[in-house]
Amino acid sequence: MEALTTRRKVLEQKRMTLLERIYLPAIASGMGITLRHFFKKKATINFPEQQRPVPRVYRGLHILNRDEQGRERCTACGLCAVACPAEAITMEAAERKPGEENLYREEKYAAKYEINMLRCIFCGFCEDACPKDAIYLETTFAPANYNRNNFIYTKDMLLLGAKREEIKPPLTQ
Amino acid sequence: MIKVTIDGIEIEVEDGTTIMNAARKVGGKIVPPAMCYYSTLKGSGGKCRACLVKVAQGSAKDPRPMPKLVASCSTAAQDGMVVQNITSQEVLDVRRGIVEMLLVNHPLDCPVCDQAGECELQNFAFDHGLQRTRSEFPRREFDIIDIGPHIKLHMTRCILCYRCTMVADQLTDQRVHGVLWRGEKSEISTYIQKAIENDFSGNMIDVCPVGALTDRHFRFRNRVWFLAPFDAHRHCTKCSGKAVVWLRGEEIYRVTGRKDEYGEVKDFICNECRWDHFSKTDWIIEGPRKFEGWSVINANKYDKETVELPEHLYSKLDNKKWETFEGVT
Repeated sequence: MEALTTRRKVLEQKRMTLLERIYLPAIASGMGITLRHFFKKKATINFPEQQRPVPRVYRGLHILNRDEQGRERCTACGLCAVACPAEAITMEAAERKPGEENLYREEKYAAKYEINMLRCIFCGFCEDACPKDAIYLETTFAPANYNRNNFIYTKDMLLLGAKREEIKPPLTQ
Repeated sequence: MIKVTIDGIEIEVEDGTTIMNAARKVGGKIVPPAMCYYSTLKGSGGKCRACLVKVAQGSAKDPRPMPKLVASCSTAAQDGMVVQNITSQEVLDVRRGIVEMLLVNHPLDCPVCDQAGECELQNFAFDHGLQRTRSEFPRREFDIIDIGPHIKLHMTRCILCYRCTMVADQLTDQRVHGVLWRGEKSEISTYIQKAIENDFSGNMIDVCPVGALTDRHFRFRNRVWFLAPFDAHRHCTKCSGKAVVWLRGEEIYRVTGRKDEYGEVKDFICNECRWDHFSKTDWIIEGPRKFEGWSVINANKYDKETVELPEHLYSKLDNKKWETFEGVT
């Protein structure tokens, strides 16, 4: 059979020498590596007191945008849900009643709009698919929680101006 | 029997067959698109101009080409006729113009429209149209009205194909709606909002190529591509009872006629089947509906035999076939 890569190595199983068999030199060199790391810069930070900066194009928690008059832009067309590779988005549509023109932009609106943040992979396809510029990904992300249900974000948590817990990391310049 | 050549493929058809039907006998990509022609409705066709083709040779006796592009749905094929459809750049260019003309007054409210996903105008524009509009003039505006307890009319979306009036003429005893006014001002209406209550009036929704006539019961309830279509039948005294039920979970969201690969219903169903039986126990479900044409409804679902991508989407692939798994719908 033809080799798939050029980096293949044949494994050799030789009998160990005396120095290798007593293990002590290997332990000493291993401890040496450990000791060297005491004086190196730490790879981790103390989250949440310290936070790493994220770029401006970071894809974090979703937000449902409003238009200039404060009306909801989303018409529940379902394109974000069909574009979503993780199937994290579900919605239910409703018809706008007369007198609600100041609340919703189009004759149809999302009565229910839920994103499961545990399923979401933050790819931003929903943002790309949206024909109404209604959904955007912000630079914030969801805090940890003990309950899985709390990661299902409902419409009142997603709408622009809604109150929700979120971690806002600093932005890179 | 006469011999016709369409895009280099020769086929023998009966005398008096239209070019469109001859092309449908061959099948595949050489079938001209149709927005107004409907094989089960007499007298339909010739209005939308989507199916224009080039006749390079009129017949064996008179081999001169026809001076202009002809509507394939209403032109009879002649013996020895040579037709060009997708092999002629002129036809493709004209088709792009037709899309633009059809969309001049179309509101393009696909995110709101219930027809989106199974809309013939959407597919036609996707395959042939431009990405953007050049028209800067205001579009026609109409109020959305209820015609009868079941049907909603969005006149802004109408492309005046006249299919719904033909359904009313040919399937029901009495037509109570029609096309008022003329030319640019023409509109489908019932004049004084007279209710449409005939037993077969629901088929107007099925034949409408756009979202002008939509189901009031299904209005905004779900997007068609989230529903799973199943072939189902029930015993019905008024119609054949053969329909498609659109399920999500255990719930039937709507019932429609069975559309073939050209979006045409052969067995029209009655209003009782369409609107009175939303329980799963009322229907005998035969199995998942086989997809016959490419649309967003069968995106992410696999059906090897029938699903083919439009040309411009797979032209970069070598084998020109969509690799899919078999049998999963």
